[in-house]
Amino acid sequence: MLLGGTGLASARGRVGSTPAGSASGTLTFGSNYSDEIPRTAMQAVLDGFPNDNVEVRVNTVDHNSYQENITNYLQQPDDVMAWFTGYRLQFFAAQGLVGDITDVWEGIDNIGDNFKATCTGEDGKQYMVPFYNYPWAVHYKPSLFEEHGFEIPTTLDELTALATEMQGAGLTPFSLGNDAAWPAMGTFDILNMRINGYQFHVDLMAGEGEWTSDEVREVFATWETLLPFHQSGPNGRTWQEAAQALNAGETGMMLLGTFISEQFADNLDDLAFFPFPEVNPEHGMDSIDAPIDGFMMAADPDNEEASKEMLAYLATGEAQITYLTLNPGSVAVASDADQSGYTDLQLASAELIAETPNIAQFLDRDTNPEFAANVMGDALADFLADPGSIDSILSDVEERKQVIFT
Amino acid sequence: MSMTAVAMPLSPKVRRSRQAKVRRGVLHTFLIVMAIGWLIPIGGALYASLRPYAETSGKGFLSWPDTFTLQNYRDAWNQGDMTHHYWVTALIVIPAVLLTLALASFVAFGVSRFSWKFNIPLLLLFTAGNLLPPQVLAQPLFQMYKRIALPGFLTDTGVMLGSTVGIITIHVAFQTGFCTFVLSNYMKTLPAEIGEAAKIDGASVLRQYFQIILPLCRPALAALGTLEFAWIYNDFFWAVLLENQGADRPITSSLANLGGEFLRDDNLIAAGSMLVAFPTIAVYLLLKRQFIGGLTLGSTKG
Amino acid sequence: MTVTSTRLRPDRRSRVRQFSTADRVALTLLIGIPTLIHVAFVWFPAVATVVLSFTNWNGIVGVGGIRFVGFRNYWEIFTVFESDVFSAAINNGVLVVFLFLGPTAVGVFFAYLLDKNLRGGAIYQSIFYTPVVLSLAVVGFIWRSVMYSPRQGLISTVLGRTAPGNQIDWLGDRSHLLSIGDYGLSKNFVAILAAMAWRHVGYIMVLYLAGLKSVDTQLREAAAIDGCNEWQAFKRVVFPAMKPVNVVVGVITVIEALRAFDIVFALNSPRGMELLSILVTDNLIGEGGGNVGRGSAYGVVLLLLCVGFITWYLANHFRREQAR
Repeated sequence: MLLGGTGLASARGRVGSTPAGSASGTLTFGSNYSDEIPRTAMQAVLDGFPNDNVEVRVNTVDHNSYQENITNYLQQPDDVMAWFTGYRLQFFAAQGLVGDITDVWEGIDNIGDNFKATCTGEDGKQYMVPFYNYPWAVHYKPSLFEEHGFEIPTTLDELTALATEMQGAGLTPFSLGNDAAWPAMGTFDILNMRINGYQFHVDLMAGEGEWTSDEVREVFATWETLLPFHQSGPNGRTWQEAAQALNAGETGMMLLGTFISEQFADNLDDLAFFPFPEVNPEHGMDSIDAPIDGFMMAADPDNEEASKEMLAYLATGEAQITYLTLNPGSVAVASDADQSGYTDLQLASAELIAETPNIAQFLDRDTNPEFAANVMGDALADFLADPGSIDSILSDVEERKQVIFT
Repeated sequence: MSMTAVAMPLSPKVRRSRQAKVRRGVLHTFLIVMAIGWLIPIGGALYASLRPYAETSGKGFLSWPDTFTLQNYRDAWNQGDMTHHYWVTALIVIPAVLLTLALASFVAFGVSRFSWKFNIPLLLLFTAGNLLPPQVLAQPLFQMYKRIALPGFLTDTGVMLGSTVGIITIHVAFQTGFCTFVLSNYMKTLPAEIGEAAKIDGASVLRQYFQIILPLCRPALAALGTLEFAWIYNDFFWAVLLENQGADRPITSSLANLGGEFLRDDNLIAAGSMLVAFPTIAVYLLLKRQFIGGLTLGSTKG
Repeated sequence: MTVTSTRLRPDRRSRVRQFSTADRVALTLLIGIPTLIHVAFVWFPAVATVVLSFTNWNGIVGVGGIRFVGFRNYWEIFTVFESDVFSAAINNGVLVVFLFLGPTAVGVFFAYLLDKNLRGGAIYQSIFYTPVVLSLAVVGFIWRSVMYSPRQGLISTVLGRTAPGNQIDWLGDRSHLLSIGDYGLSKNFVAILAAMAWRHVGYIMVLYLAGLKSVDTQLREAAAIDGCNEWQAFKRVVFPAMKPVNVVVGVITVIEALRAFDIVFALNSPRGMELLSILVTDNLIGEGGGNVGRGSAYGVVLLLLCVGFITWYLANHFRREQAR
């Protein structure tokens, strides 16, 4: 199968009754599903596109450079393109680089309003359709917990007690690998949402609120109490190695997205998760990071009709399940998706997301990308290396935030 | 008088040849130790490339092998669509290297063999151009390429952005700086008398260049050719910036495609990297004969 | 017997200054076309970047929407982001010194050793050269996982420190080995110097080998006959005869030190390993529109460092050459 070659849409294996549209011609499709399994899964989805008169040309680019080059890509775009929801979408929509697909959404009734909100630009119009998402939670091995009689904690105190118990049993309680600089953001997000609430977190991400405020300091103070329970030297360890340590039984828990399952390929039955425990009863466990991947349209596509048809198709449960059957790391966003083929982990993920009222997109998708990559990544790495210097770290962050968010 | 036997002093010739042998022995030992040191990191990657990811992620990279397999190589080749990308790369690299060496040698020739008042500024221009970090050119170049129209047979997109010609052009423009700098210095080591002799013989400038100077520059051209091939071949920066269609990107993107958002099968990538590195090493082996085998500049010795 | 010098001695008086028209045309084209390409695609964008460093362009708005902000970007770099710039400058400085004293010297040494017709010489050369051509993906893998992984890397294994709790944080530990106030040389940067040396040596070796080829072998033989040992022969005859090549190697070393990017980038730019080129890339490329104004300002800083010093040095050097 040639990358970028013509993947002719074929009408095979369609469940359900998505009607074929009336568009024709060529549709260029930009995909960052570059490695083997996601690429095959994506091709299966495209093969299921009901309109045989449209020739779909896939442009597959590796995941990393796709993102890094997005600004340039959007200046010479394909018709339909993969992207992420949240601030990252709104930023480009506000620049006029993304096509308005509000009319596509008028035909969509199987996607919840909280998902719709993440696809909406600042002007109230929709610019994306969501495809799948996955939650961030604390993963563990049930066999290990059973062996030592550990219990799932529901409050921060219980978590600390559990960690102490684990240390007594010769384990390191938490895996942590922050070599890529974004894993620590997951911890920050969840602690901030637990302690200060979802709205505070959203505002902080949007550049309002002060990083030197007491609320933020409390987040780091709490984090500091948990640090001794984490693997030492996190900045020099990849998250894959940290996950491997969890799989090998050296550590007890790891806060990560459910994509951690890719490191457990030989051991998938022995992987489970629980949501991060409550810290502040006022907020309970009402928020969670569950980034959404989806698709958008170019501002001035060559084939607008086919693009909108494709986007409508991608919003259906069938399209999403076609993908997830071949790549079961995430869960569909369509409420009518057929969950009968879900693995246990997927069922648990879907349940967790459905039960949680507030969904955040993860720090590097919720805030200005320059701020996330250049300022927060460094700040959190510095904090992990030297928690005592948090005051100077935070005042630096605040200073830089003011410059970046003008 | 003591009858202590004094060893008969060896003849100077024997002493020297024994010294020479010892020196050779030390030299070889030193080189072998160094070579092993250099190979260990590569060896580690090679070792990992021959084992399945499931095994090394469980047991560690340096563990004893349960299985040796070439599957990673097969997978890397297929998943990275390497046949196609090798071809794309050849279309970029070969013209780029040849053009760069040609153009740079023209300028180096003009600047170092003849004296006129623009020599130094011109040389400085190229030398300084060589020193620029490529990132600094990115944004303006992108905007330029977006606006330069090209005929249909040269590009799919109608403009220079997204065309192979565009990528070749920036490589040539950029690398010419470095090559001019290096070649002008090499040309300076050639005696002036060569040029004088040729001029007296009535040779035109072009004759001098092609028949006299160029052959003498073979070692430098070979060294530069090797390095330039490797650099242009391994470039990812310009390819990503100026070509947004994954299928039209060179071989380095094959490697990038082997890694996804979260799963990074390092063994697969290591195998792919070995496959990708192969042409550059082959070019080196082909050209290195130009570095070895003494070249005697005897043309004007009396 | 006089030993013919291989240095160019432009002697204006004896040079025959007659060019035919064909020669003039040939020379104009030979020099003009490359210059045109070089200026159009390298210098024009470079100058544009300098101009852009005085704007607040985000890379997306049309060219007509660019607004000038004077020196604000530079002000921000040196007041708000100063810890990044100074850390990077120190690391780049360390790299200049290190590359000269270590890998460049070693590369020259290897070239000299391998210049003789040794048995297996080709194999040694290829081994030292291979790191230069390996792709970044595998270089990152080698140094991040194979060599420096805290849990299973080669160096930790050999030192016996792979157990949890007793691991060495090779690439993450940015505590200072030497400090100057708040800034200093980070331990993880020192660790990565090994990786840079590993790549740099082969690069220098190849260039120097080619240079050695052009040194008249009669020179060396003459020196040997005169009774010099090898070190003296190298110091007094070969090295001076290689002056232009030495210049090349010296300039390249400084430039590579100032422009260093690859290996640190392949390792996700950990804290402690800041480099000027990484700062440029972080700000200029990348999504979010990038901050072309500030990124260009970083670029200009790097540009001035690279171009300023070297141009001054080379201008002196060329003038000295011409005047002889």
